[in-house]
Amino acid sequence: MSNNAPSKINIASLGPVIALVLACGFFATQSDRFLSVQNFSLILQQVMVVGTIAIGQTLIILTAGIDLSCGMVMALGGIVMTKLAVGSGMNAYLAIACGLLVCMAFGLLNGLLVTRIKLPPFIVTLGTMNIAFAVTQLYSGAQTVTDLPPEMTFFGNTVSLGSAAVNYGTVFMLAMYAFMWWGLRDTQPGRHVYAVGNNPEATRLTGIATDKVLLGVYVTAGLFYGIASLLSVARTGVGDPNAGQTENLDAITAVVLGGTSLFGGRGIILGTLLGALIVGVFRNGLTLMGVPSVYQVLITGVLVILAVTTDQLSRKGAR
Amino acid sequence: MNTPTQNNGSPHRLVMEAKGLVKRYGQVTALDGADFELRAGEIMAVIGDNGAGKSSLIKALSGATIPDEGSVLLDGKVIHFKSPIDARREGIETVYQDLAVAPAMTIAENLFLGREIIKPGFISRLLRIIDKKTMLEESITRMNDLKVGIRSMTQAVETLSGGQRQCVAVARAAAFAEHVVILDEPTAALGVKEGNMVLELIRRIRDKGLPVILISHNMPHVFEIADRIHIARLGKRACIVDPKTISMSDTVAVMTGAKRPDELPLEALA
Amino acid sequence: MTQTSFSRIALAVAALTLAGASSAADQPVIGLITKTDTNPFFVKMKEGAQAAAAAKGAKLLSAAGKTDGDNAGQVTAIENMIAGGAKTILITPSDSKAIVPAIKKAQAKGVMFIALDSPADPMEATDALFATDNYKAGVLIGQYAKAAMAGKPAKIATLDLFPGHPVGAQRHNGFMSGFGLAAADAKSNELSKAPEIVCLADSFGDQAKGQTAMENCLQKNPDINVVYTINEPAAAGAFQALKAAGKEKGVIIVSVDGGCAGVKNVKAGVIAATSQQYPLKMASMGVDAGIEYAKGGKKVKGYTDTGVTLISDKPMKGVDSKDTKFGTDACWGNK
Repeated sequence: MSNNAPSKINIASLGPVIALVLACGFFATQSDRFLSVQNFSLILQQVMVVGTIAIGQTLIILTAGIDLSCGMVMALGGIVMTKLAVGSGMNAYLAIACGLLVCMAFGLLNGLLVTRIKLPPFIVTLGTMNIAFAVTQLYSGAQTVTDLPPEMTFFGNTVSLGSAAVNYGTVFMLAMYAFMWWGLRDTQPGRHVYAVGNNPEATRLTGIATDKVLLGVYVTAGLFYGIASLLSVARTGVGDPNAGQTENLDAITAVVLGGTSLFGGRGIILGTLLGALIVGVFRNGLTLMGVPSVYQVLITGVLVILAVTTDQLSRKGAR
Repeated sequence: MNTPTQNNGSPHRLVMEAKGLVKRYGQVTALDGADFELRAGEIMAVIGDNGAGKSSLIKALSGATIPDEGSVLLDGKVIHFKSPIDARREGIETVYQDLAVAPAMTIAENLFLGREIIKPGFISRLLRIIDKKTMLEESITRMNDLKVGIRSMTQAVETLSGGQRQCVAVARAAAFAEHVVILDEPTAALGVKEGNMVLELIRRIRDKGLPVILISHNMPHVFEIADRIHIARLGKRACIVDPKTISMSDTVAVMTGAKRPDELPLEALA
Repeated sequence: MTQTSFSRIALAVAALTLAGASSAADQPVIGLITKTDTNPFFVKMKEGAQAAAAAKGAKLLSAAGKTDGDNAGQVTAIENMIAGGAKTILITPSDSKAIVPAIKKAQAKGVMFIALDSPADPMEATDALFATDNYKAGVLIGQYAKAAMAGKPAKIATLDLFPGHPVGAQRHNGFMSGFGLAAADAKSNELSKAPEIVCLADSFGDQAKGQTAMENCLQKNPDINVVYTINEPAAAGAFQALKAAGKEKGVIIVSVDGGCAGVKNVKAGVIAATSQQYPLKMASMGVDAGIEYAKGGKKVKGYTDTGVTLISDKPMKGVDSKDTKFGTDACWGNK
């Protein structure tokens, strides 16, 4: 007694692909500098930081949570690692590790507040967002950190692939996406993330330690924010206390555009990459066309509504 | 008012037993010295009016609540469940009313939820890589064993009809239970055809040797499938009756208190 | 009211309470409201005001909006500061038009308002304005860039702030005017265009966004050889992008601000020339005016140019500039 419903779900998950292809097609007609390997590798580079943050955000949204602190935690990680290396003379790798640990610590804090105190993730991360922001400002004295050791900017170095130059950070981001895609699909912890998001009560009753799963998700997300901070530092060559402020919502936008449901339990992580690319494509394409940046914001808003509506409708169809 | 169960002389091994269970929630006494027994290879239906204590009884048996007094025995051994997981470890599987399935995940994944088969090998165990192929084969085998007619195990559970979903949940319990399967209102909200599908599945589970505890409001279904019926009333067991020899109206009468168990004809008791 | 502006109020009230813990009865109370707490320009402005107030025996209350453009946060700060006894408020308006009603309400209570760095709209809404002539700052770097190009045809990219901002427009149009291109005057909030400007992009004054904007501009026109940037973080971002494309040697980057980090970049050859402005001077002048008003009731009026100096290590004929040693001595920020 097979069912026709699966095809409806497939159309929804094809949405980001269709949107990206249409956008690229449109911009290709508007500027002859758009459709080139070099331009695409540029766009990939530009979404590298948001794309990495969005991996962590995807995990959290898959559990029907949300993380409003992601960008601020990333900024803190960047300031911690650069200040330790430049200001305190710490070994670069050790400083990077400290930055990652600080981000994971915030992830742990978020996770504990959600699982132990049972606070809604929205409220928790609203609070930690402000805390992370303030700590970053205080620790950095609102000053950018420059003269970074070369180990820290390694991911900004480029390697040539044919006619395009792509930086190590972009390659790393793509590798992380591939790994997480596999992990969420084929490993037990990955499937449990989906289960917890889809039906937390059912998951608990089958004996899965849902609290441990959630805690793991928040800490892992923190790790990705930390990696993103290293990539951001490498790309810009500085530790910037004001980094990450728009990345906060941009990461959530990427996840939503990529077709992951805010209600949890549904979504493909590769969709998030597509979502980030869609935003990057629009920004790049509109600049090439000479259109003011405010239209990019407008279009992003429209796309988000479309994406969420498509998600809602497809789920209604599948019952 | 507890009536000693009649023993017809044939040796029926008691798989599960409960004696004098008491459970209070504040001022309310849900279980007031309730007894229970389940024989090997039988389907025992538990019926009772609202507030009679059937769900509290089932929760105590499945480990969802801890009784204040009384004892639960499994194969003659006293056990203390602190959680449903403990009950599961003892081989008791429960299907709750809301089914406890993850709707967006496939049938195969739901069957093995929490007990996924991991691929052998050091790396696989370290990363806990799921052996999807084996899980799929196992799912197909088990469902075919129970003659559940769903064609594709890779369908998402939410694409199934209500009756099919129920079958998946029941089959999951049957697949992993070693001692007892507990079903809470398995045919509620199902149409006639789907309801029968589930009843068939329950029969097959019993026929494979697993005893089943079944809570239901649906009298016709209870009479169709149960070997014995436990009537709960006022937090106790009123009596155990035999559906083959008691009338439905008498059963309802005992349930509501219109008739006392000692007013029943002797052959009605089981 | 959002969670963040609520916390802003809470912080402001706490700050005011703490500040009020030790005060002489007739100590002049001066308020300073900046756009944000995070832009080093405003951080240094605040430090300058605190130092001046401490040295001259005044009490300084300070607050800021959450982000550039957070008008509501600044309105709240005005109200809190009046409650805290401030008779003079120094403000860098986030939204030059929207803040005016709140200013008028406070002025009716006898509070003197001095705009620092950017004017209110209309400029006369505040009693006085102590600011850089942002148009002139743009003109200086435009003249410099023109001279540095030495007659070569220019392909210009402008990395602006964001649309509609008066300071952004003044610097951009001033640059164009200095470069010899027809542009709007200092009163306009619109960014003028010209065929020589092959790319206009918004950097939001942010280094990472400046980098992205420059990358996309280079993609549009790889032959860009002049880059105007709204401030030094944007310039640093533009340089990153040019360096990644291997083009940093042949492109002139000019900027505005004169922060210590920016002057360092001029010294390092990242920025060819920058117009240095003096936030500390704005702040101390503002504190002085506040003390004057509190003591003698005399209000300060009109626009006072706090000065702008072109800083470059490669001086060009026909354009006055000072070297980076001067720039470093006079810079604002962590030296």
